[in-house]
This record gives sequence, structure tokens and C-alpha cells, in this order.
Amino acid sequence: MVMRRINRTLVYGALIVAAILYLLPVYVVVITSLKSNASVSLAQMWNFPTHASFASLRAAWAQLAPNFGNSFYLAIPATLFSAALGALNGYALTKWKFRGANVLFFVILMGLFIPYQSVLIPLLRVMDSLGLYNSIPGLILVHTVYGIPITTLIFRNFYSLIPDDILEAAKIDGTGYWGIFRHIILPLSMAGFVVAGIWQFTQVWNNFLFAVSLTNPPNQPVTVALVNIAGSQTVQWNVQMASALLVSLPTLVVYIVLGKYFVRGLLAGAVKG
Amino acid sequence: MAQEVLPVKAPKTSKPLRRRHRTGDSWMPILTLAPSIGLLAIFVYGFIGWSGYVSFTNWNSFIPTLTWAGFRNYVTVLTSFRFQSDLRNIFFFTILFILGVLVVGLILALLIDQKIRAESLFRSIFIFPMAISFVVTGVIWSWLLNPTTGVNLILKSLGIPGPQWFLSTRFVPTIHLGQLSIGIPIALLAVVLAAVWQMSGFSMAVYLGGLRAIPEELKEAARMDGASAWRTFWSVIFPNLKGTTATIVVVEAAASLKVFGLIYAMTGAGQDFTTDMPNLNMFQTTFSGDAFAQGAAIAMLLLLLMAAFTVPYVLSVLRGER
Repeated sequence: MVMRRINRTLVYGALIVAAILYLLPVYVVVITSLKSNASVSLAQMWNFPTHASFASLRAAWAQLAPNFGNSFYLAIPATLFSAALGALNGYALTKWKFRGANVLFFVILMGLFIPYQSVLIPLLRVMDSLGLYNSIPGLILVHTVYGIPITTLIFRNFYSLIPDDILEAAKIDGTGYWGIFRHIILPLSMAGFVVAGIWQFTQVWNNFLFAVSLTNPPNQPVTVALVNIAGSQTVQWNVQMASALLVSLPTLVVYIVLGKYFVRGLLAGAVKG
Repeated sequence: MAQEVLPVKAPKTSKPLRRRHRTGDSWMPILTLAPSIGLLAIFVYGFIGWSGYVSFTNWNSFIPTLTWAGFRNYVTVLTSFRFQSDLRNIFFFTILFILGVLVVGLILALLIDQKIRAESLFRSIFIFPMAISFVVTGVIWSWLLNPTTGVNLILKSLGIPGPQWFLSTRFVPTIHLGQLSIGIPIALLAVVLAAVWQMSGFSMAVYLGGLRAIPEELKEAARMDGASAWRTFWSVIFPNLKGTTATIVVVEAAASLKVFGLIYAMTGAGQDFTTDMPNLNMFQTTFSGDAFAQGAAIAMLLLLLMAAFTVPYVLSVLRGER
């Protein structure tokens, strides 16, 4: 009994130490964001601000606000489009067994495992010739296409959990391909859309490579704006940390509210059927 | 993968549904997949082929010169100091990063699996860095690990001289091979630290799923035999986590080969390319240096590296499903 109590104490002690280490960057970012230009100094970096000042957050927001608009305008349509395609693909791959389904799934899935540098040069050329270079619609197209592999994977996993029996009954009744999708599959898909949607929104919001390759000011998403602010020698640390905090807030809020679904998207990336 | 069973409601059959010939539907799955397959055929496979072609041309200036160059770009890249540094860096980065996420993820998963209180709170804390951008992580950690501030201030107050972190130019060990220093660049350890902080939530979540999938009877049997917790772990639990570990290794290795934003925001290429990566090299060679063909050659080498372990892995997973 005593041994057990000691073990419990050790387990909780280790967990609490680990949690503090994981949250340490958050502590630094938040307290630095709440310091004004006058009170930010390297020596007192770890100290609590003597009084909370919103000057840094206001300064960061003034620089980032237009880019926030860009990122929302990009991430929401791109998420909806790739989730919709993923749902259609997942349905076709799981509920209608046909020859070559696995080959087609492999062809789709490998898109998840390419370094995007290997498509970047042609991508820029094609976007340019379509008139979509340096535009948010161009980025929406790019993220929709490269989002297809993961959303297809998520919906394929999700739909394979729906028993085939209920479809068989509908097929015998003469319900067709789209009828089954519309009346049976779609009403059961809410959780799948939440998982795929959250995952895609986070990926698109956080993406940097496509954003920095395909856009110039004023069409840049927040991640590029953040790197520009951080790279500038004239911007104080408190404004940089405030910018980092603001850029992270949308995805963090989604994670805090719908964390369970985020983890399911995370595990889908493990590619286990 | 452990997922809760869906609440499957009986379909509403009250709605009259039109009768159709069942054979007419046999093409529908393929028609449904056609737009996605078409887009990926162009944007993934077509573009890879196009990049591959560019890598064999003389397009190394602002003007696209698509004359045949053979393997010249590959020779240029492979013999360059920068790319050789990249290969050393990505090799050590991948190994240290994977070891880091495996060890940290497994320890956290084992701790959380002890039937603790506030389990979901601890899980949320360890996973939240996955929800933020690599460039945010880069910006934050470049300050935390700045040699004159951050963590070094705490170390200094404890009387420990802090390391130079990502500004260090040392290698451990230092073996000179021509112009190149072979060894672990100390500067890279700072990047590994930030990357493990960001990505260990994934390995923790996957390991937790793996631990929960081990039947209770197995652990019970070991305990009945009087095996210590240590023995139980190594002879019962760990062997059952082999598949889980393989999954994490492949997924994290793919993530490691894709690392770009973190380096870009945190350190850049570093002094003497101590923290440079093939991805950053490709980006700068192509878009700052206008050496498109050389950039394409770097991208192709990276793709080969990636395909060497992801293709066999995905094939084996798909075969295992049948």
C-alpha cells in the first residue's frame, strides 16, 4: 500500500513536471505579449509584467489584421472543398467494391508522402499561366488539391466503420448510388466532416511553403506575415511574441473546443486502416 | 486504430426511392473518383515528372533554357559543400528527432496509461503544440534558445554556463572529410528540441492507442507470474508495440524530410550551413538563385529519399488490410 502511494506520487510528479515544460513556451509568449515596449528587457524576460499592457497586442494586430482576412478567406473554402471531395472518394472506395479500388487509393494516398518541393517549379508556372499566381483563389485551389489524400484517408477510415448491411437493404430496395449517399451515408457523416474539417483547417492555416512561394504582399497569409515581422530587425520581441500568439489563436481555439476530433484526424495520419 | 463505434441509426425508409437498374451504378465509383484522380495526376504525378525533366536541363538562369544537360545538375548538387552539409544535417536531424519523439512519446503514454485523474487535461497539454504552425514554433524557440536570453538566463541563475544553441559552430564528434565536418552539429540540437516539443504529441497519442490495445489478460498473466513492472514492460508490453513504433517511425521520418518552415523561421541555413536542410536549399537555389534545374535536382533527390521508405510502408499497410 505504501509502495503504491509512492508510485502514484512519482507518476503525478513526472506528469506535472512534463506539463510545465510543455507549457513553458506558452508562459513566455503570453507574459511577453502583455509587456509594453518600455518594460520589455532581456534580463527580465521570465518575470511577470508589473502591469498588463495591451500595446504589444494592438501593435501586432495592426500589422497582421489584413493577413488574418487572407488566411480565413483561404482556409475556409479550401477546407470545405477538400472535405467534400474526401467524403465522395471515401464513399466510392469503401461502399462500392470494384476492381482496382486499392490501386486508386494507393495513387491518391501517395500524394500525402511527397516533399512539396518536388512539385513547386511546375506549380508556380501553371499558377502563373492560369492567372492565379499571387492570389488567394490560387492558394485555395492548391490546398484543395493537396488536401485530397488526407481527407480521402480520413473518410475511408470513417466509412469503413459503417456496416455494409444497412446499404445492402437499400440496394435491394433499388436505391441507387447517389440515393444511398444522400439518404444513408451523408446523414451519418457529421463526425467525419468535423474530423476532416478541423484537420484541414489547421493544416491550411499553418502552412508556410505554399504561402511563401505563391503570394506577395498584400495577399500573404498570416504565417508569411509572422515570419516577415520576426525577420525584421526593428520589431521588438514583445510585438513578435504578440504576433506569434495572435497567429496561433484560431487553431488553438478550434483545438480547445474540439480537441477529441483533432486527435482523430491526427491518428488518421498514422495510415492504419 | 481505436475509434469509438459509430451510432448507426436505421435509415429512414419512409421516403419513396426511385427504382434504378443496379448495373448502371457500377461505373459511378470510378466517375466519383475521376476528378480527384485527374487533379492528382496533374498536380502530383505530372508535376513530379515535369520537375524531373527540368532537373536534366540547363535552366539555371532567369530565362528557361530547356536544353538537355544530362546528369550535370546532379553532379553539381552532389559535389557542392551546401548539399553535402544538408545530407549530414538531415541524417542526424531525422535520427535524433525520431529517437526524441519515440522516447518522449512512450514515456508520456506510459504515465498517462496509469489510470490517472485529469487524463484528458494532460493529454491536451502534450498534444496542443501539434495545432500550431511550425513557423510559430520557430519564432518562439529562436527566442527561448537565443544564447543571450531565454533558457540560458535560467541556466545562468543556476550557475550553469548555457550553450550557444543554434549559433554554435561545433560538431560532435568532429571528423574532417575534405571540406566537410562530419558529426552532429550542436546547432541542430536546438532545432531537434523545438521539433520534439511540437511533434511528440503524435507519438504519445499513437503509443497510447497501442498500449490500450494490449489485452489486459496479458499484463495480468505477467503480474501473476511475479514479473516486476520493468520485466513486464520489456517482455510483454514493448514487443506488442512493434507495429505502433514502426508506424510512428515512418510518419515522423516523412515529417522530418519535409521540415522547412521551422528551419526557415528559427535558424535559416546557419553559419557554414550547420542547420541547412535540402528543402531550404532547394527553395533558395531555385527562387533566390534562379538555378531552377539545380533546384529541381535537389527536389528529385529528396523525393527518392522519401519514396525509399514510404512506398514500401504504404504497400505493406494496404496488403495487410486484405
